[in-house]
Amino acid sequence: MAASSAVLSMSKIIKPIWGGRLATTAKVFGATVSSRREKSTVPPPAKYGGRHTVTLIPGDGIGPELLNHVRELFRFSCVPVDFEVVNVCSATEDDINNAITAIRRNGVALKGRRNTLTMSPPVSLSPSTTLDLYANVMHCKSLPGVQTRHNNIDIMIIRENTEGEYSSLEHESVSGVVECLKIITRTNSLRIAEYAFKLAREKGRKRVTAVHKANIMKLGDGLFLQCCREVAAGYPDIAFDAMIVDNTTMQLVSKPQQFDVMVMPNLYGNVVSNVCAGLVGGPGLVPGANYGRDYAVFETATRNTGKSIADRNIANPTAMLLASCMMLDHLKLHDYATMIRNAVLTTMNETQLHTADIGGQGTTSEVVQAIMRNIQSKGPLTSEL
Amino acid sequence: MYWNLKMPSPPPARYGGRHTVTLIPGDGIGPELLSHVRELFRFCCVPVDFEVVNVDSTMTSEDDINDAITAIRRNGVALKGNIETNHNLPPSFISRNNLLRTSLDLYANVMHCQSLPGVRTRHRNIDIIIIRENTEGEYSSLEHESVSGVVECLKIITRTNSLRIADYAFRLARERGRRRVTAVHKANIMSLGDGLFLQCCKEVAAGYQDIAFDAMIVDNTTMQLVSKPQQFDVMVMPNLYGNVVSNVCAGLVGGPGLVPGANYGTDYAVFECGTRNTGKSIADGNIANPTAMLLASCLLLDHLRLHAYATMIRRAVIATVTETRLHTADLGGQGSTSDVVQSIMKEIQSTGPLTQNI
Repeated sequence: MAASSAVLSMSKIIKPIWGGRLATTAKVFGATVSSRREKSTVPPPAKYGGRHTVTLIPGDGIGPELLNHVRELFRFSCVPVDFEVVNVCSATEDDINNAITAIRRNGVALKGRRNTLTMSPPVSLSPSTTLDLYANVMHCKSLPGVQTRHNNIDIMIIRENTEGEYSSLEHESVSGVVECLKIITRTNSLRIAEYAFKLAREKGRKRVTAVHKANIMKLGDGLFLQCCREVAAGYPDIAFDAMIVDNTTMQLVSKPQQFDVMVMPNLYGNVVSNVCAGLVGGPGLVPGANYGRDYAVFETATRNTGKSIADRNIANPTAMLLASCMMLDHLKLHDYATMIRNAVLTTMNETQLHTADIGGQGTTSEVVQAIMRNIQSKGPLTSEL
Repeated sequence: MYWNLKMPSPPPARYGGRHTVTLIPGDGIGPELLSHVRELFRFCCVPVDFEVVNVDSTMTSEDDINDAITAIRRNGVALKGNIETNHNLPPSFISRNNLLRTSLDLYANVMHCQSLPGVRTRHRNIDIIIIRENTEGEYSSLEHESVSGVVECLKIITRTNSLRIADYAFRLARERGRRRVTAVHKANIMSLGDGLFLQCCKEVAAGYQDIAFDAMIVDNTTMQLVSKPQQFDVMVMPNLYGNVVSNVCAGLVGGPGLVPGANYGTDYAVFECGTRNTGKSIADGNIANPTAMLLASCLLLDHLRLHAYATMIRRAVIATVTETRLHTADLGGQGSTSDVVQSIMKEIQSTGPLTQNI
């Protein structure tokens, strides 16, 4: 974090003097300051004393108890991560601003879900838009130990996270008539499409499908689709096709195995990711990640508060634990990530240790204990159980 | 209150004892399926004449669709295939299907998704009625590019239309003896827009004490639909969510070839396949599933108060679907469209009423 901010401040000084020769000058300083669309080489995350600091936002509902389990597990596995807990209790702007400042400072966060049904500040002030976490990535994969109606699902969903229908721009111009604005911009559409294709290439995926409703929203989704096509032209090794959102959801419930990587605007992403989460076993199993250029926030994919099952020790910790593994991967602590992920998946495949949402009878703490035992039996030095 | 409570409408006009219904073939599989419908009606001696109005989807002028709208205004009822929307035409070209719905103010789209015994699906015992607001919401076709590269799409929600659709939903639920109505929304994000919709539903619900009312956010709804769809009874929602939810439900009960859809307004009614597919890739291949269109024609007959004919054809269609070897390709079978239609006609003939020769 320190290195990149130093480069940025240097570039602010250089820019007025050198103008267009910014890139060549900055190279002298050992980092490449990129043009607007190229991915900058991010320096490794800061480790002070060899330990990372991660912002933790407990949220409401099942968030606090699940995040406690994550901390318990990290402490047990001696993961070099410290959590800076920021509570967003009331729905005032101050709390949210504190959380955003903490994330800016640490660069990474793990969060539970805030209850948004009460009168809350608009989405435009939420962490996703303020920190420009433009890509929400969800990987839905059928797990062998979980019994579902469909098998062999392996879909990555990349959802634009900052604009679209979630712009929170609404007004009541005439009494009884409300206009909600859905914003689609060329910049953001190109950016998310670029992200999708780059991710597909990194993960060795063969096909990207854009989901849209351009037959009705011709300008808006038409622009999105056009941007995806432009980006697709630069990746000839990856097949690209487009599908209308209603047909997509129908295909998802009959033949989900046909989908590989999907990219879409905000609202369709919300619906499609929930459908896919339901197909692979429910909201307790799928982790989600929100990536921006400089920050990353990890959470459960379907963003449920879980108010009705809070504090009853029956929530499924899998989604949150897998989200913490994604966070460890982001911090380049791959060994720890693989260790915890393997333990979680092994525990999932022992059927009697399922929680209620996937048809078992285990409690949250039993599942976490089993995961810890699994880690201990694999060998590396851990704290006492 | 600016809209009239539904007055008992006079029975549909019958000139010489026969009804006239506008028929819009549309594109893709529409023409062939609708010709099967006419064949079947002629066979069963149904007192309905069809006035065919072709709408050419490649033309940019609005004459064709205006002719169709005039014909529907005249006849009051229509049966249509889906008209293709060419993506390459400029954005000012409004989808013909959408134009038809808004001009005739067909404010309620009703789709009844029911598990059929002969069709093998992953979920059983689904019986959901989806009522979707059909004229406003995200389908207002109001978009503009104020700054180059930034597009604003307007989603319009009005109190009048929300009250109207909620009232329709509750009335339908009461008529059909349903217990629960669920409103689907995203009011946590679109608090003014979907908040208004939800509030209108709550107000209407207060007047129907015998019917339970609850609300569910659209993402949770779709997730529940793929895991436990049996929990839903009647659902009411704005336009876009209705599109997605109805397609999910259609997929759950067996696909787009099985579910009919109806669009009702105060004065007009238009019937079509529930999921509004053009079916371009399977057009003229004799492999399309005629069930959806035939059941839509039964809904049409019910609307015209020709209940005996409606029941007869519906019973025959369902009986044919439950004989598993007569499924078309979309249900995993090998039958052709004409095989299925022939079988339906044989079924009708065997149950007695006077029919023409096959």
